[in-house]
Amino acid sequence: MGKTLAEKIIGEHVSREVVAGEIVVTPVDVCLVQDGTGPLAINQLRKINMEQAANPKRTVLFIDHASPSPRKELSNDHITLRQFARKSGCYVSEVGDGVCHQVINEYYVRPGDIVIGADSHTCTSGALGALGTGMGSTDVAMGIALGKTWLRVPESYCFMVHGRFQPGVYAKDLILHIIGMVGADGATYKSMEFCGETVENMGMSERFTLSNMAVEAGAKCGIIFSDEKTKAFLIEHGRGDSYREVRADENATYERTIEIDASQILPTISFPHTVDNVRTVEHKDCQDVKIDQVLIGTCTNGRLEDLRIVAQILKGKRRHPDTRLIVVPASRRIYQKALEEGILATLNEAGASIQSPGCGPCVGIHQGVLGDGEACLSTQNRNFKGRMGNPNAFIYLASPATAAATALKGKLADPREVI
Amino acid sequence: MTTMRGKAWKFGNNISTDHIAPGRLFHLRSNLPELAKHVLEDARPEFASSMAPGDFVVGGGNFGLGSSREHAPTIIRIAGVSAVLAKSFARIFFRNCINVGLPAIICDTDKIDEEDELEVDLSQGKVINHTKKIELSFPPLPPVMTRILQEGGLANYIQQYGDFKL
Repeated sequence: MGKTLAEKIIGEHVSREVVAGEIVVTPVDVCLVQDGTGPLAINQLRKINMEQAANPKRTVLFIDHASPSPRKELSNDHITLRQFARKSGCYVSEVGDGVCHQVINEYYVRPGDIVIGADSHTCTSGALGALGTGMGSTDVAMGIALGKTWLRVPESYCFMVHGRFQPGVYAKDLILHIIGMVGADGATYKSMEFCGETVENMGMSERFTLSNMAVEAGAKCGIIFSDEKTKAFLIEHGRGDSYREVRADENATYERTIEIDASQILPTISFPHTVDNVRTVEHKDCQDVKIDQVLIGTCTNGRLEDLRIVAQILKGKRRHPDTRLIVVPASRRIYQKALEEGILATLNEAGASIQSPGCGPCVGIHQGVLGDGEACLSTQNRNFKGRMGNPNAFIYLASPATAAATALKGKLADPREVI
Repeated sequence: MTTMRGKAWKFGNNISTDHIAPGRLFHLRSNLPELAKHVLEDARPEFASSMAPGDFVVGGGNFGLGSSREHAPTIIRIAGVSAVLAKSFARIFFRNCINVGLPAIICDTDKIDEEDELEVDLSQGKVINHTKKIELSFPPLPPVMTRILQEGGLANYIQQYGDFKL
């Protein structure tokens, strides 16, 4: 019987054929925690006297959520992570190194891997042909200590995407469109697989955006086949030997197959306070929505390709005087490339506040907390009430191009008018 | 501990982990008793100070969506809630509930109103709504999750068995 990507990857790990619905104990290849979830994970291991890492060279503790630390309590949490790393031999990704889901894929994840992370957006690794899934602190703690976890083999939904995007439309618009279509719990417990010529033609940056947001439809993971583009990404990051081809069987069994015509998708915006609350930019609700802050960055859309699009739109222009513009490159490597390409100079001249690589204001801890009644348009993945630090604020989600157009206009804007 | 009794506190659909344990209180994550004083604050500000130990959190669909933060179910448990009932749960939250020893029960919560007196029997898989004089049933957990819950959470389970036993 044909296998989906999830069945294939899990089957390889347990050395036998598996089918959706089975519960298995499987080895894990890569584990990650971040500064919001890692201290609890370490405390759980301490509690049961298991402060150890089964595979320290592929276990990474990220300081990215409150980074650099804005308060002493969080600085102390960072100390907990660094002490565990010294004791167990695993790595710390430090202040300024970047968001976990970017850095883990630049340097650690290989096609075919199983990645567990104490962060819901661990599904981002799906773009490399890996099964990445988010879990809580204790699950990942046990994964770190024992090198394994238990999983239910998920049923899979196949999103078959054909056609070319119109100018001004990107993978972010596609994934917002998909989540709007299936709903915030439309793929709960499922594996989302993205395929079709549109996905084949996408660069890795856009593929990461797709996989990153699978959890916003409730999915366990969002996996994409690996191909020459995956290989080129790994070579670019000095890991060409990690490449292998991972593809679903042609006769794989999907619970649902959903065909999408990419050419029909318009720039799409999620309205407060759920990700599935989407409108196309042409909808009347998008008229005259004043925006106080624009955030460009995060694990969803803080990559070099995203910053290039933004710089192209903002070159020689300035942000609207009533709209703050915050830019956070997703990793140190991206920051460096953006410096070398002159992108950061362009954004600085456009009036942006450029911040150290990390999660930035996305999680509501620091670096751009919203005021009462304020609205933010962000390239991030989530717009829940209170997400950016204030339950009395409003968050809209869109692509980097829509974000740049909005920064110029001071209101929700159509990127097709400025590209 | 298989039978629990208390009052229902109703919440709507799509209660996120930001409603339960918001990012603005990130600095309290290593001080869970303090964080628990704010549990569900952004959904119902009066909840933490008004609930009684043993009460139930009763949600709609997709309860617990969002972040992987295990602090969310942990502070619900620390606050003294005996179980969370919902029509459906987000995946990571559901797994986290069991891992921290907080029963998460899938049932038709439209049949439960605010302040209804509930009794939950985990071993029988039933919820008795004493106010409405009706009984709701819920499906059993997979055996691995039942055992984790019986041990009071995943850390205790691993300490007990040293490994995952399916």
